Amino acid sequence: MKKFRVVHYINNFFAGIGGEEKADIPPEMRVGAHGPGLALQQAFGEEAEVVATVICGDSYYGENMESAEEELLEMIKEQSPDLFIAGPAFNAGRYGVACGAIAKAVQESLDIPVVSGMYEENPGVDMFKKEFHIIKTGNSAADMRHSMPKLATLGMKLLKGDLIGSPSEEQYHTRGIRINYFNDKRGSLRAVEMLLKKVKGQTYETEYPMPDFGQVAPNPAIKDFTQVKVAIVTSGGVVPTDNPDRIESSSATKYGIYDISAYEAMPSDVFTTIHGGYDRTYALEDINRVVPLDVMRELEKEGRIGSLEKYFVTTTGTGTSVGNARRFGQEFSQKLMEDGVGAVILTST
Amino acid sequence: MRLELGKINIKDVVLGSEMKVSSGVLTVDVNQLEALVLEDDRIQKVTIELAKPGDSIRITPVKDVIEPRVKVNGSGTIFPGVIDNKVAQVGDGRTHVLSGTSVITVGKIMGFQEGIVDMSGIGADYTPFSKTLNICVVLEPVEGIEPHAYETAAREAGLKVANAIGEAGKTVVPDTIEVFEHLGLVGQAMAYPELPKIGYVCMLQSQGLLHDTYVYGVDAKNIIPTIMAPTEFMDGAVISGNCVASCDKIPTYLHQNDPIIEDLLAKHGKELNFMGVIITNENVFLADKERSSDGVAKLAKMMNLDGVLISEEGYGNPDTDLMMNCKKVERNGIKTVLITDEFPGRDGKSESLADAVKEADALVSCGQGNLVITMPPMDKVIGTLEDIETMIGGYDGSMKEDGSIEAEIQIIISATSAFGCNKLSARMY
Repeated sequence: MKKFRVVHYINNFFAGIGGEEKADIPPEMRVGAHGPGLALQQAFGEEAEVVATVICGDSYYGENMESAEEELLEMIKEQSPDLFIAGPAFNAGRYGVACGAIAKAVQESLDIPVVSGMYEENPGVDMFKKEFHIIKTGNSAADMRHSMPKLATLGMKLLKGDLIGSPSEEQYHTRGIRINYFNDKRGSLRAVEMLLKKVKGQTYETEYPMPDFGQVAPNPAIKDFTQVKVAIVTSGGVVPTDNPDRIESSSATKYGIYDISAYEAMPSDVFTTIHGGYDRTYALEDINRVVPLDVMRELEKEGRIGSLEKYFVTTTGTGTSVGNARRFGQEFSQKLMEDGVGAVILTST
Repeated sequence: MRLELGKINIKDVVLGSEMKVSSGVLTVDVNQLEALVLEDDRIQKVTIELAKPGDSIRITPVKDVIEPRVKVNGSGTIFPGVIDNKVAQVGDGRTHVLSGTSVITVGKIMGFQEGIVDMSGIGADYTPFSKTLNICVVLEPVEGIEPHAYETAAREAGLKVANAIGEAGKTVVPDTIEVFEHLGLVGQAMAYPELPKIGYVCMLQSQGLLHDTYVYGVDAKNIIPTIMAPTEFMDGAVISGNCVASCDKIPTYLHQNDPIIEDLLAKHGKELNFMGVIITNENVFLADKERSSDGVAKLAKMMNLDGVLISEEGYGNPDTDLMMNCKKVERNGIKTVLITDEFPGRDGKSESLADAVKEADALVSCGQGNLVITMPPMDKVIGTLEDIETMIGGYDGSMKEDGSIEAEIQIIISATSAFGCNKLSARMY
């Protein structure tokens, strides 16, 4: 049987190369398992082999993130690993962040499973728990013997495509990922039972703790609109009739940027809406109802706005995840700013 | 109010030339049903087809699902105030159910939000209607029909067919009879003074423009919150007329068989005192949301409730109604549990709801609708696969060459329904 190939990442301290004074050593690679890797190899037994250990000083990584990541990735790629293990970093903050960043990069560029381990207060946990599995460890290396087998077990399961249990079953930090499962009881009965507990003052557990969306502070008001370039941004699903970017009718994963500089108003034979969350009848009758180009042109002519940007930005709002919406916003606002846009009209449906 | 609900267990359905129930087998008169549907000028063609549990059949785009029932005695008829049925108080007397069957309206897409019922394969695990004997009414509207007119015609066709089939059960001796009685608010409170007084806030979809619900024939956009007896729902006082995202659609069938009402009634008089249902709407204007949520909180207080369950239909905009209802009811000192579904994105990493209040500390999740699954091809399609990729939950590339469909479970009828009819849930990983 083929042995799976594993590459292990550790810092200089765990590699036995000095302490803080050596934290500036650049990336290097050693054949086979070293330091904590020995415990890892032991946990894998005959199923997998730690073929190489990559090492980097925490300070070096912190100060040369991009180049260090690139160098490490090159070394790791050469080994054609099936699995990548980083740490565990316990409560060492810089080490945790390095483990997280390199594991994320390996997962993305090599498309192989990655696992790390950290203590709950390590800042690397919150930074990377959504990206991959991070096993819960104690706060110091004294926990090594105890935690290494858990990293190995979860790593093997990921390698084999086995069903991954809940955070408490597998002992990883809750990743904040909502996954479906079939309960023993239907939802209505669970709700009745939960309500009876709540009414009686007994303990119960909500199935979804309320999210914290955070606050977006509004920008200061615009004092003189006549000097400002304005752009239209919509979540109303307005796209060219052939929907060239194939933006979805719901749960959008994309947005589009389309030129409107040639038009005085939105022409209904050029644009349509593919939004699946509202009745499109009135939007299709007159697409300016969602992208108010006709009115904006009037304001432009009257000199009440400086000018109108030559394109509009669009996506579908319905069912679109907050994560995707946030990403779209961050990306296109960058472009809007580069293009000198000073204000945006957002239309929703 | 006292309703005897007689259930006639139907084991099989066949197409034939008369309408009858014999030894648990329902025969439907195809000609009668087709003629009934074609009375409407807006429909140019109709076919009746059957789909049974385990069949390799895919039904899509599904508009509504309705259970055939008939009023045996007591005032009114099933579906009061719609089709040609007179408005009269229902919820009293005796009603027969052709249990195990359903009427499904199918036909060319009108919104984007009419989904799929698979009778076998993984898709069947997610919809309650893979377990019923389905009489599918496949509609073809006249050319150039306006979407709202088409919606009305399709809605009425389904109700008329279910109504006509239900008649076949009028004189049949039911297999089981359950009795539900509401003693009036004072009587109810006095009957079980030691038990917690529980209510149920049923939020009806009323965002408008193909997202509507009707109560005794009245568009729910135009109601202010009111109290109803559980038995009124059993008699079809509330019907669906909407194309909300398929997975959390509450078809008429689920109003007739509301699992929340069923589970509350099962514990009524034993662990709780089920005082009644407060219906409210989910209008899009803020003033309407304020008025309706004020009304819900007021009625809950006037009913002296100790706790309420709040369900939702749809997601996004109605999440705000859900949270406003929760906050205001809790502020009146009444405990709440919310039932809803989640949309945290395909990777499950985003916030699951569009709105949140701190009072919402007890919530039951009916699953996350963005989960992607692949449903295998079926031997037969009732309806059309033409619009799969533009339906909610579908996307470019959803329709595979071999006939299988890769899509979010949003595309499956009632897969994550916030009436809690399924065992599906989501948890944090």
